[in-house]
Amino acid sequence: MKVSIPTPLRQYTGKQASVEVFARTVGEMLSDLTTQFPDLRKHLFSDDGKLRRFVNVYVNDEDIRYLENGNTPLKESDTVSIVPSVAGGS
Amino acid sequence: MVAVNSPLATTLSNDEVLRYSRHLIMPEVGMAGQQKLKAARVLCIGAGGLGSPLALYLAAAGVGTLGLVDFDVVDLTNLQRQIIHTVDDVGRPKLDSAGEKLAGINPFVNVRKFETKVTSANALDLFRDFDIIADGTDNFPTRYLVNDACVLSGKPNVYASIFRFEGQASVFATEGGPCYRCLYPEPPPPGLVPSCAEGGVLGILPGLLGVIQATEVIKLILGSGESLIGRLLLVDALGMRFRELKLRKNPECPVCGTNPTVRELVDYNEFCGIRGEEAPVTASVPEIQPAELKVRLDRGENIFILDVREPHEYQICNLGGHLIPLGDLPARMNELDSSREIVAHCRSGVRSAKAVTLLRQAGFGKVENLAGGILAWSDKVDPTVPKY
Repeated sequence: MKVSIPTPLRQYTGKQASVEVFARTVGEMLSDLTTQFPDLRKHLFSDDGKLRRFVNVYVNDEDIRYLENGNTPLKESDTVSIVPSVAGGS
Repeated sequence: MVAVNSPLATTLSNDEVLRYSRHLIMPEVGMAGQQKLKAARVLCIGAGGLGSPLALYLAAAGVGTLGLVDFDVVDLTNLQRQIIHTVDDVGRPKLDSAGEKLAGINPFVNVRKFETKVTSANALDLFRDFDIIADGTDNFPTRYLVNDACVLSGKPNVYASIFRFEGQASVFATEGGPCYRCLYPEPPPPGLVPSCAEGGVLGILPGLLGVIQATEVIKLILGSGESLIGRLLLVDALGMRFRELKLRKNPECPVCGTNPTVRELVDYNEFCGIRGEEAPVTASVPEIQPAELKVRLDRGENIFILDVREPHEYQICNLGGHLIPLGDLPARMNELDSSREIVAHCRSGVRSAKAVTLLRQAGFGKVENLAGGILAWSDKVDPTVPKY
């Protein structure tokens, strides 16, 4: 399935806007993604291995925090998005 | 819906009736809606990219009291997107420039100008006389400050933010609705997410998002339509795709949850990990001044110029240096001759300072940073090099 990568993180995915991953759960997806692109790891995870609090992961339109977090099952037809906070406005 | 405090029943003059006729003839606004708009008091924080279209449309629509908060001065790089300001305004306070334009569009609007930075000390006072807050600021500490002040004062926070060609919009801190902290409990560490000044922004993007904010403000005032409360709208201008994600109120939210731990405004710079003036990275590496480099190059000295900017920046202007973007440098050091003297430069000297550190750690002994980058070169050596 495809994971859409937000603009601020594309510099760590070889400028790709979406990345193909093989995963049955959100946890596997994140693991595959950071294996393919090791530079992403420190931007997605804090030192203790938790997903950073300014990065949200959505399966379709739902936040994984309100699903089963890393255990959330994924289907090939799901749209997975990583949405970090941005602050620009001026 | 949001209760707009209308201290007096407002009536429209004949001039106003004519001005707002396209609103008055549609039942979704009508006379009652236009009177609500006139009674409404909206505070726009920031008169920049988002604030420009936001304030222009709210004034045109007949919002009766429009507060503007800004402390900045118009500069030439603003005009690519901050459409409320013009060439003649460069160097003027944004508030003066914006205030004039708004009065020019609609003299019936009471524009209240606050030339200040929003701080923990003044936010609640500033918000007191307004019904709705529209956040058009440009940094994380102010985003969290505005959110918390909205939650604490019970006022909706009409939110948008932008980066390059993508934007996010929502309405936070309504009664029963989620707040910004429900979405993002904590800010990113400083430096991880670039600002518009560092990362660039497509000029039309604040136009799109600022108009979405204006739309949400007007819907809140009218009490009609479907608000973005509980939804995060994602706008991708390049793909021209609009998506929405579900937002939920987090019962454990530190500011709007059932047992809030944030009961007053805090130090948001500290919350965002910004500790006063941080020592610039450029201070710790050997530097060469532009004038000295010029003299030595003119003497024909064997100096290798390394440009660590991105290829699209090289196209704007360059010093004829060898281009290796900072991000590629670790993998491409083999292109460099460690026996030669190397001067690294970027736009302002920050990225090249990192390059100098990297190269020195890798054993390059004769590497210096061009102080102030190509900007300083333009200022001090060759004014024909454009600044960007």
